[in-house]
Amino acid sequence: MSLSNLIKNWSSLRVRRPYEGQYKGKDYKWAMVIDLDACTGCNACTTACYAENNLPVVGKESFAKGQAMHWIRIERYWGPGDHMTEEFPQRGAQFLPMLCQQCEAAPCEVVCPVGATHHTPDGLNSQVYNRCIGSRYCSANCPYKVRYFNWWQYPERAWPNPLELQLNPDVTVRSKGVMEKCTFCVQRLTEAKNRARTENRLVADGEVTTACAQACPTSAITFGNLANEKSTVAKMWQAHQIKLASDVQEKDDTVRGYRIFEDLRTYPSIVYLEQVRDLEA
Amino acid sequence: MIHTTDERDIEVERRFVPKAKDINDEIAWAQINKDVLRSMERPRMMYWVIFLASLALFSFGVYCEVRQYQSGLGMADLENPQVWGLYIATFIFWIGMSHSGTLLSAILHIMHADWRKPIYRFAEAMTTFSLMTAGLFVLVHLGRVWQFYYVVAYPNERWTWPNFNSPLVWDATAIGTYLTSSIVFLYFGMIPDLAICRDNAKGFRRKFYWLLSLGWQGTDRQWANFRVTYLTVACFLIPLAVSVHSIVATDFAVSQQPGWHITSFPPYFVAGALYSGCAAIITLFIILRYVFRFEEYMTMPILDKTCRLTFAIAMVWTYLNLIEYASVWYGSDPYAKETLIFRATGTYAPYWWAMNFLGSVVPFALAFKSLRNHIPTMMVVSLLLNLGMWLERFMIVTPTFAHGYYPWTWTGNWWPSWIQWGIVAGSFGWFTMLFMLFCKIFPAVSMYEVKEMVYHRFMARKARAS
Repeated sequence: MSLSNLIKNWSSLRVRRPYEGQYKGKDYKWAMVIDLDACTGCNACTTACYAENNLPVVGKESFAKGQAMHWIRIERYWGPGDHMTEEFPQRGAQFLPMLCQQCEAAPCEVVCPVGATHHTPDGLNSQVYNRCIGSRYCSANCPYKVRYFNWWQYPERAWPNPLELQLNPDVTVRSKGVMEKCTFCVQRLTEAKNRARTENRLVADGEVTTACAQACPTSAITFGNLANEKSTVAKMWQAHQIKLASDVQEKDDTVRGYRIFEDLRTYPSIVYLEQVRDLEA
Repeated sequence: MIHTTDERDIEVERRFVPKAKDINDEIAWAQINKDVLRSMERPRMMYWVIFLASLALFSFGVYCEVRQYQSGLGMADLENPQVWGLYIATFIFWIGMSHSGTLLSAILHIMHADWRKPIYRFAEAMTTFSLMTAGLFVLVHLGRVWQFYYVVAYPNERWTWPNFNSPLVWDATAIGTYLTSSIVFLYFGMIPDLAICRDNAKGFRRKFYWLLSLGWQGTDRQWANFRVTYLTVACFLIPLAVSVHSIVATDFAVSQQPGWHITSFPPYFVAGALYSGCAAIITLFIILRYVFRFEEYMTMPILDKTCRLTFAIAMVWTYLNLIEYASVWYGSDPYAKETLIFRATGTYAPYWWAMNFLGSVVPFALAFKSLRNHIPTMMVVSLLLNLGMWLERFMIVTPTFAHGYYPWTWTGNWWPSWIQWGIVAGSFGWFTMLFMLFCKIFPAVSMYEVKEMVYHRFMARKARAS
């Protein structure tokens, strides 16, 4: 962005996201649907993410301190219908896989002083490690708290020899002092897009998926291209009457889809399908 | 020096000058020079005690920072979601402390409040050094401090700019401007005094002051230029000071976290800044008065006025604080209300109540004249007020992280590690060390302005007597 460009195109460079029909006619807008009814809380997605994205295993002590680096985490909740006789009842737990919501109007993006986190044209909220100075303002402003900071120099301790051989060569190993978070497996998306471009076509539905979706044994996670109206994800968004660019959804009571903290107007790219619970049982 | 006046003089004083007498107006000009220059020669033993203690504290802070720098911020026991910890809280504290120097030196200068003259110099130095300390915290806090310059908008070969939407960029710009202007203002105001130092120094010190005094001769032309420049910089500094802490407040107000997203934050922060700054001025006033034997210049009436000013600002702060609680309580944001309830009843409740007590109840001690004129009490009260203001910043940062939007990340038992405490303590050492060095090397009382003060009073009295 040169200075003259900045001055000349000031108004067009201003962020106005999202708006109706923003991705109409565009090639890609990556999005996700997570069916909480199908989720069994098995943590396979978390494991897959650790393997795919070179996440360091921080150890028991750091984990207890809250320094874990899981880009996707399984949260356990017990609802109001449960008899909370003990701290963690044996049954009745509900699970919620939480990962970066790839918000269209992401609170983290505006506050980053150096623009290390910004929006890509295909609707991802990307993180540029080389630009990050570690002010942690993005994490402070994230309502979901899905950004993870490298509190330690993990490359030195997380993969003792010969474990470094397991690292994914397509993904950067992050140094201490930078922020990181779920990227929707951007290395896979880039590879698929490049392959498709050489063959002069678009990435087909189901051609690429994230590690978590791939590993999910119950197929609770569906990943795809929302800009392609025929993709599974787009159909599911439609079926659950969720519009990307609205913060109040006009939908029937019968559909289960919702987005987390829509009232904060973050416009997340992930739709959760509510769990159907039988409170009598 | 014992002040002697006859009955008639006191009559005249009472009738025409209802103000308390700030300073003995019979001090000879030569005596003022002598007293202030003496302070730069041989202070009381206490000076070295304070200096060495602060040096030790600073060294410990450096040790902690080195360990944190080498191993990463995990040393500070920061975590998700407690990502900021004491560093940002203390950063706001130091930024806040800087504001009262500008209040005394610039705002009261424009308002012709004479009593500021003997004490504004050290207050302005306090501004400069606390801004430097605050700047250090930005660096300590960064994950990759070696790349801090990414925040600065500087032209580079890739035309990469910082994100101008981010309040942190506003911060960096505002604080940089404020620090530069404060140094310039402090230095400008000191030039006539540096010339006096030059004329009375020997050896390398003479060379040093000769360089700094920029050839000041005290000619009419120089004085005229000096007055205009000084007034201009003062006028420039006032809006700057107000905007700097407003911008620091936007770090919170612009974000959308519950407990931070509050419109009244900028004035609230500015009031809090002036408050803690005035309390710090009282503390340093008492220390300097004793250490450098400034009893003739830093007189009790001036302390009394500073205390009254602090009391007024404390009440403004209390009002804005209550406004904040009320607007959250009666507002429509359930998240913010819950965070407020968490502050008052959750894990950090003792600190929240302590903050309100120290910030709003303790200042009532300043309302009593007998307490205002009792130096040990004022020392304790001013330190307590600053403790309260530090807790205020802590209570802004920590509970919002502990009890934000997302219930899964709610934590109630986060506590900073000793590394963090060490760095915070080290910052106090760093500030005190610099401040004490300054007062030893430069005249901590403005000689030429005290002379003005004495002169004006003396002339007024003479005119009336004749």
